[in-house]
Amino acid sequence: MTETTSLYPRLESLLTQVNKPVQYIGGEVNSVNKPFGSAEVRWALMYPDAYEVGQPNQGLAILYEVLNERDWILAERTFSIWPDLATLMRRDQVPQFTWESHLPVSAFDVLGVSFSTELGYTNLLEALDLAQIPLHAAERSEADPLVIVGGHAAFNPEPIADFIDAAVFGDGEEAALAISALIRDWKAAGRPDGRHGLLLSLAIKGLAYVPAFYDVTYAADATIAAIAPNQPDVPARVAKHVLLELDNWPYPAKPIVPLAETVHERYSVEIFRGCSRGCRFCQAGMISRPVRERSIETVGTMVECGLAATGLDEVGLLSLSSADHSEIGEISRQLADRYADSFVSLSLPSTRVDAFNIDLANQLSRNGRRSGLTFAPEGGSERLRRVINKQVSETDLLSTVGTAFGQGWRQVKLYFMCGLPTETDEDVLAIADLAARVIESGRHASGSRDIRCTISIGGFVPKAHTPFQWVGQLDVETVDRRLRALKEKVREDRRYGRFISVKYHDGKPGQIEGLLSRGDRRVGKVIEAVWRDGGILDGWSEHFSFDRWTAAAEAELTPLGVNLGWYTTRERPRSEVLAWDHLDSGLDRDWLWQDYQDGLAEAEVEDCRWAGCYDCGVCPDLGAEIQIGPTGRSLLPLRQV
Amino acid sequence: MSKRQPPKQQPPPVQRLRVRYAKRGRARFASHRDFGRAFERALRRAGIPMAFSSGFNPHPRISYLNAAPTGAASEAEYVELGLAESREPAQVRDALNAAMPTGLNIVEVVEASGGSLAADLTASRWLIEWPQADAAELAAGVAELLAATSCEVQRQSKSGLRSFDVRPAVLELKVVPAGLNLVGVMGEPLLRPSDVVTALRQLRPQLVDTGTALFSRLEQGRWDGQQVGDPLNQ
Repeated sequence: MTETTSLYPRLESLLTQVNKPVQYIGGEVNSVNKPFGSAEVRWALMYPDAYEVGQPNQGLAILYEVLNERDWILAERTFSIWPDLATLMRRDQVPQFTWESHLPVSAFDVLGVSFSTELGYTNLLEALDLAQIPLHAAERSEADPLVIVGGHAAFNPEPIADFIDAAVFGDGEEAALAISALIRDWKAAGRPDGRHGLLLSLAIKGLAYVPAFYDVTYAADATIAAIAPNQPDVPARVAKHVLLELDNWPYPAKPIVPLAETVHERYSVEIFRGCSRGCRFCQAGMISRPVRERSIETVGTMVECGLAATGLDEVGLLSLSSADHSEIGEISRQLADRYADSFVSLSLPSTRVDAFNIDLANQLSRNGRRSGLTFAPEGGSERLRRVINKQVSETDLLSTVGTAFGQGWRQVKLYFMCGLPTETDEDVLAIADLAARVIESGRHASGSRDIRCTISIGGFVPKAHTPFQWVGQLDVETVDRRLRALKEKVREDRRYGRFISVKYHDGKPGQIEGLLSRGDRRVGKVIEAVWRDGGILDGWSEHFSFDRWTAAAEAELTPLGVNLGWYTTRERPRSEVLAWDHLDSGLDRDWLWQDYQDGLAEAEVEDCRWAGCYDCGVCPDLGAEIQIGPTGRSLLPLRQV
Repeated sequence: MSKRQPPKQQPPPVQRLRVRYAKRGRARFASHRDFGRAFERALRRAGIPMAFSSGFNPHPRISYLNAAPTGAASEAEYVELGLAESREPAQVRDALNAAMPTGLNIVEVVEASGGSLAADLTASRWLIEWPQADAAELAAGVAELLAATSCEVQRQSKSGLRSFDVRPAVLELKVVPAGLNLVGVMGEPLLRPSDVVTALRQLRPQLVDTGTALFSRLEQGRWDGQQVGDPLNQ
C-alpha cells in the first residue's frame, strides 16, 4: 500500500525556495477535501500544465464536481510542477502530489489527465516520473493508478499509446461515473484478473480505448497496414461518448476559486456544446457534434448560483460559437438587465461576423467600456474562406465593423491562420488590405481617426477527425516567410500601417503540434526522447525547444523509415490507413473526404441546424440528436434575498 | 445611435470598518495580491454592501496596509473597508470567515475610530522559526547585533541589489524557544525579518548553512518601548 499521509510537512520548506509557492497549496474556496479512506474509488485529476493554466479548465472543473458529488468517489487535483520545485522534490524524493490533501498521486486508483493540446504530452511523462509511476503502461503493476486520458487531443492518443492505460473520447460526465462504477465493482469482487481484467472490461464495454489491446502493423512503405484488436470481444472501433440533455448536468455549479492568479478568473457557463458551423479546419467543432444547448432557464440559474458560490464578478458565456445559441439575444438582454447595478461584467467570446453580434456585445457592455471586439475570419481572402467553409464575405465584415465603430467601439481584433490548404502568398497578403479597409470603414462610421485593428495570426495545424486530416501541413519556412511578408506589407502602408498591429506566432511549435496531433505510435519514442533530454512545458515559449524536437525526431524516426516531414508536410492519400481510423468520433470517413474535396472546389456547406442534415454520420452513428431551442421561456425570476 | 453612457457617480461610504486578519498554515504562501483577490470575492460571497469608487471601472473601497511578505505567516494584517450600508462588525467578521479560503482568517472587525490606521502601524513583532540554527550561535549573533551601532545588509530588490542598515530598525531581538522574537520599525526601507537573518549570518558564519527560517508576524502597532500596541483597541 502506498503511504497516504500528507506530504505537505516535507513540502513546506521546499515551497519557501520556489517561485509562486501559493499555486501548490490548495485549500481554495470550493475545493473538496474528503477523508481518503471514505471513498471506494479515488481519482487524481490532472491538467498537464502549470496551475495558472490548468485550474481554469472547464473539463477538469466539471469532472471534479460530478465525481465528488458521489459519496463513494473522491477526486483531488494535480498539475504540472515547475522545474524549480521539481528539482527540489527529486532531491528530497517528494513525489508528485495532489493539491487537496497533498497525497502522492500513486496512492489513487486513477490518474485522469485532460489534454486540450498535444503540447502537454511531455508534461504527462514528467508527472508520471515525479509520481514514481512507471512511464510505460506495460510496466505498471496492480498497485499503480490507471492512467486515463481525455480531452480534445485524446481523440488521437496514438503518440502517447505507450504511456497511457486508456483514453476516453468525447463527453466525460457519464463516462467518468461509469468507469468509477466498474472500478468499484472490480475491487469489490476481489480484483478478478488484476489490472488486465479491469482494462479488458473497460474495453469490452466500450467505455474507453485501451491501446494495449490493439496491434498496429506497418507496410513496407512505412504506412500503417492495419490496426486490429488482439483480445477477444474488444470492439474493432471505439466510439466517443455523447452527453444529451445538458440541462440535467449543470456543472460546474460551484467551481474552485483560485487563490493564486490564473489565466481566466471568471465564472463560465457552457451555453451549448458542439458546433455544426462546419469550419473545415476546426477539430473542436468536428469532434463535439451535434449541437446540444443549455436552456435559457438553466443558463440563468447557473449564472446566479455560480456567482453566489464563487464571489467572482465576471461571467463568460462559453461555447464554440456563442452567438449561435437559439436564445442568445434573450439570454444577453436578460442577464444584462439582471446584473445592471451589480458590477458584474458579462462576456461572450464573439467570433462570428454579423451585426447581430454587435447588438449582443452592446447589451453585455452596457455598464463597461467598449474597448475591443474580436472576430475570426480565419482566411484573408474570400476564396480561401470558401475553402475552409468560414462563411464571411468582405462586405459583411466591413459593414459589421462599421456598425461597431459607429456605436462606440474603437478597436477590433481579427484572427487568421496561415498555411490553410490551397493558400498562396497573395491570400496572406490580402489580410493587410482587409485590415486597412477595416480602419477606413471605422473612421468613416465613427468620424474618429482613433481606430485600431489588431491582426492575430498563427500557423494552421491539420488535425485528426477533420476534413483536412489528409492535407500536407505548410512547412515552417514558408509559414514564417508569409508571416514576415504580411508584417512587412502592413509596415509599408503609409496611410494605415501604424493603426494596425500584427501579432504572430512563428511556425515552429505548430510543426511539432502537427507531428503530435497526426502521429502514430512510433511518435511516442520522440516524445520520450525529448522528455529524457529535459523537454517539458512545451506550451511555454521559454521552455519549448524546436531543435530538441527535431533532433529527437531525426534520431528516433529515421531508423523506422519515417521522419518529421512524413507526419506533417506530406499529403496523405485517401487510401492510407490513418493512425486514428479505429477511433470513432461519429464522423463518416467518406463524408470527411467529400467535405475536403468540396473545400478544394471552394464549395460551402450550410449549418445542419438550419439547412437540414448532410449525413456527416454523427447522429445516427452515436444515437445522438441536435438539441436546440428556442424554448420561449426566460431566466428564472430573481429570488428574494 | 446609442453612444455609451458616462459612468454613474458612486455615493461615498456610510461606514468604515477596520479588519484584522491572519495568514495561517499553507496560506502563508499567499501574496498580498492573492489575498486581495480572495478578499474581494469573499466580500461578494458574504454579501457585504461595499461602497464603490466612481469611474468606468468601479472598485470596492478597500485599503490594504503593510502586507507581510509572501511566505510569511501573520496574526496581524490590517485592511480598512468603506461600506454603502451599515453592518454589525461582528456579523461582518463571521460572514467573511465563512467565505475565505483555508488559512486566511478574519480575526477582528471594528468600526473605524477617527485618525489614520496606517499611522498606528509603525512597528511589527515577528517570530523567526529557525529549527536548524544552534541556540548558542543564535544568542551570540543576537548579542553582537544589538551591541553594534550599524549593520549593513544587501537585499535583492526590483532595481537590483540594494544595501541598508538593519540595526536602527531593530527595536527588540530575543532568543525564544522556537527561534527569535523580533520587533522592527516599519520604516523606509521596510525591515523584513529575512534582513535580520541575513545580518545574523553575516555576523556568525556558522549560521549560513542552517536551512530555511520561517517568519510569522505576531503583532503590528505602535511601539511604546515595552510592547506593540493593539491598533484596533486603544
